[in-house]
Amino acid sequence: MNSTPVFVIFVASIFTNNILLASFLGMCSFLVCSNRIDTAFGLGAAVTFVMLFTTMIDYLIYHYVLIPLKLEFLSYIIFIAVIAAFVQFVEMFVERFSPKLYYALGIFLPLITVNCAILGASLFMVLRKYNFAQSTFFGLGSGIGWALAIALMAGLREKMGYSNVPARLRGPGIVMLVTGIIAMAFMGFAGMLKLQ
Amino acid sequence: MSSDVNQRKGIDTGFGGGKGRETLGDGVFKVNPITCQVLGICSALAVTSRLEKALVMGGALVFVLAMTGLIVSILRSYMPRRIRMITEVAIIATFVILFDQFLRAFYYDMSKQLGPYVALIITNCIVMGRAEAFATQNPPLLSMLDGVANGLGYAMILAIIAIFREIFGNGTLLGYPILTGTGIEKNLLFALAPGAFIAAGFLIWFLNTLNPPESTEDSP
Repeated sequence: MNSTPVFVIFVASIFTNNILLASFLGMCSFLVCSNRIDTAFGLGAAVTFVMLFTTMIDYLIYHYVLIPLKLEFLSYIIFIAVIAAFVQFVEMFVERFSPKLYYALGIFLPLITVNCAILGASLFMVLRKYNFAQSTFFGLGSGIGWALAIALMAGLREKMGYSNVPARLRGPGIVMLVTGIIAMAFMGFAGMLKLQ
Repeated sequence: MSSDVNQRKGIDTGFGGGKGRETLGDGVFKVNPITCQVLGICSALAVTSRLEKALVMGGALVFVLAMTGLIVSILRSYMPRRIRMITEVAIIATFVILFDQFLRAFYYDMSKQLGPYVALIITNCIVMGRAEAFATQNPPLLSMLDGVANGLGYAMILAIIAIFREIFGNGTLLGYPILTGTGIEKNLLFALAPGAFIAAGFLIWFLNTLNPPESTEDSP
């Protein structure tokens, strides 16, 4: 069992072990959806919400169903099914009870099923042998970390609209370079806390 | 409706139209999944700190893409449209699990180093994208070839980034020291996350300059 305090896991997963800037997960939607800051916030909020709950559900399923049945090798397929089902469920639930939130968040929900950060959080949870409380805070922290990264990027990209980027560098190229610089800044936190 | 059909046909002919050689060439160079479509970039950055890891990951992608292409294409007329996506995900996950179990059984150290990234092939958009765009509309063997071609294109980009990062970040290539005695200091930055982003950014820039994409008018 991993004995890292939950608070350390929470802060580290936002800053030093940021799931996007240090583990490179969720790049696809990060590249595509970081054009506008309100879109970025909406997607970030949806990812945080889904990541928190899928990590918790995946923890329970992995430890109370798959391990007793010795079916650990099926974990990948189960995790992705849980994520897809959860997203579908949330979509229906939000549509039924809060149409306003549905219009704000709804378009992002289908995108989340294929966001590798969500699956990645569950896989890291298994690899690092977290317990339930640690998994919960890891899921929450990773979601917030991802949302922070995409919101930062969207803010920069809105400003970058006014600058003269070389034509061939536009689009993914410049986003990658800027992400590299943001990642460098986040590495500055590494002396503060460390996971493994 | 009719435009939809035309578009389908356009995709069909655009990707080789039944000619294996064109399919292969397209996947590796012309419509390379990483540089032209910016798909599957997550794992491309994560596993490129060493060339060995990048090559194993490339192999995994070739295997998963080829097998998924084959199976999806065989099943393409039996799959109900409504549950097509989830069926494809299940097929992809099956082959990913196969490869992962193989690595754990025979190359345990490598499996440990790759960590969660083998499993993350499931959510790699290249696999899903090829299954959806190509395998559902083409015969099995051609789909398999398309999978191999896209896998090779992916592996090539991974290898380029990895060679660059391993030499400058670690001073080695495939584990053999090559910078000793040249007077060039290794730069740890390239072995860490920021170096990966910056290397990928420059690579995309370089390849876009060589082979300009059709729509360069996108906002930055």
